[in-house]
Amino acid sequence: MLWDAGWGLAILRGALVTAAVGILGMILGMALGFTLALIKWARVPILTPLVDAYAAVVRSIPGLLIVYLLFFGSSEFVAGVGAFFGYQDAFQNAFAFLAGVAAIGLIAAAYASEVFRGALASIHKGQIEAAFALALPRRRLYSRIIGPQMLRYALPGVSNIWQATIKDTSLVSVTGLAELMRVAYVGAGSTKQPLLFFVIAAVVFFAITLASQGLFELAERRLNRGVKAG
Amino acid sequence: MDLELVQTAVPLLLKGLSATLIITACGIFIGFPLALGLALARMSSSRIASATARAYSMVFRGTPLLVQIFIIYYGLGQLRVLRDHDLLWWFFGDGLRCAMLAMVLNTAAYTSEILRGGLMSISHGELEAARACGMSPWVRFRRIRFPLAIRQALPAYGNEITSIVKDSSLASTITVLEITGYAKRLMSETFAVIEVFTITGILYLAINFVVLMGMKLIEGRLSGHRAGARS
Repeated sequence: MLWDAGWGLAILRGALVTAAVGILGMILGMALGFTLALIKWARVPILTPLVDAYAAVVRSIPGLLIVYLLFFGSSEFVAGVGAFFGYQDAFQNAFAFLAGVAAIGLIAAAYASEVFRGALASIHKGQIEAAFALALPRRRLYSRIIGPQMLRYALPGVSNIWQATIKDTSLVSVTGLAELMRVAYVGAGSTKQPLLFFVIAAVVFFAITLASQGLFELAERRLNRGVKAG
Repeated sequence: MDLELVQTAVPLLLKGLSATLIITACGIFIGFPLALGLALARMSSSRIASATARAYSMVFRGTPLLVQIFIIYYGLGQLRVLRDHDLLWWFFGDGLRCAMLAMVLNTAAYTSEILRGGLMSISHGELEAARACGMSPWVRFRRIRFPLAIRQALPAYGNEITSIVKDSSLASTITVLEITGYAKRLMSETFAVIEVFTITGILYLAINFVVLMGMKLIEGRLSGHRAGARS
């Protein structure tokens, strides 16, 4: 019955949208979070307290509120532009997607800034001094000394952020974006089978988190090869 | 910021505060004992108990809270058995009660991991000493394992309480008007999105600040023996 009505395909498509929002949000969050971490690490007079405040505020405000801010905050404007060009629906969907990615990315960035700062702090100062002593170009200092080590230290934290991020994508469903939760919600409403649809959504989410957990464990083992345990 | 808006927004948001606090309190006071039970089951020698606790924690931590809330509120509401039973329907027919249940079940999974970490950090020697003194398992738990574990786990549990406060906002998706629910309504009615967001954000910051201070206080009391050494 589920497959006849095309719900199977809809759920699959929803899962892909969820993965896309999660991955793009994560990329945005990592890039922004790393930049923020560098600012924290470098202790820039005015910027560093600002970054600290950003991280503290975002981490104590519900993600749902941030989604609402980005969505309602600019939907007026976007609907206006869309109506002007006559593509209201397409605009609305693309916009919900972008607002979702932005919200998820901004939340992940706040957590990532802490994780990366911790990882940067655990790189031995002597190694950076040694790189300077060898007159290593700044770019190579980052790509050869700081980068690989930071990645190794940060990986468990990054894994946690990813798990939280993929689950946070469910919040974007309130904007009407057809991701997994939204598809399940619509399906539940039109077939009068809420239990079935939400359990399916839960199973898909569980599969995603389990699979990504395995991938992160693999990556951790790879990055840690050549490092003595203990 | 326009004053009239503040005058309408603040009382409304404060009205939502009670629902947020009820859900949070439930998560703490019912979720914590449940989590302790789960952590002990996970560490028990019974293979069935430990596997059950492990599966529970994996499932609830591996799926979004929003799905859990929807399964409980919309999904279970579909079942005939629940609808026909008066008491059960009194419980599952109400958004706030469903949100409270989902919150308790969800936080119990996360908290059980935190408590397990605390329980595992206790050194073997201390337990052996307690056993050598002839303490029964219950006395050992009450006097040695629990106090030591809770002190270790407290900072992480503080973060978990912050999460509970934040996650209580998801109740707004099942018709419960808590802080975020009212904030959404204000945003879509007044279009003063940034202003409403700011006021709501300050409210959440205030709650979490109180939580943080409370945790600091408890932490200070639990590690009173260290007070002398620190100063």
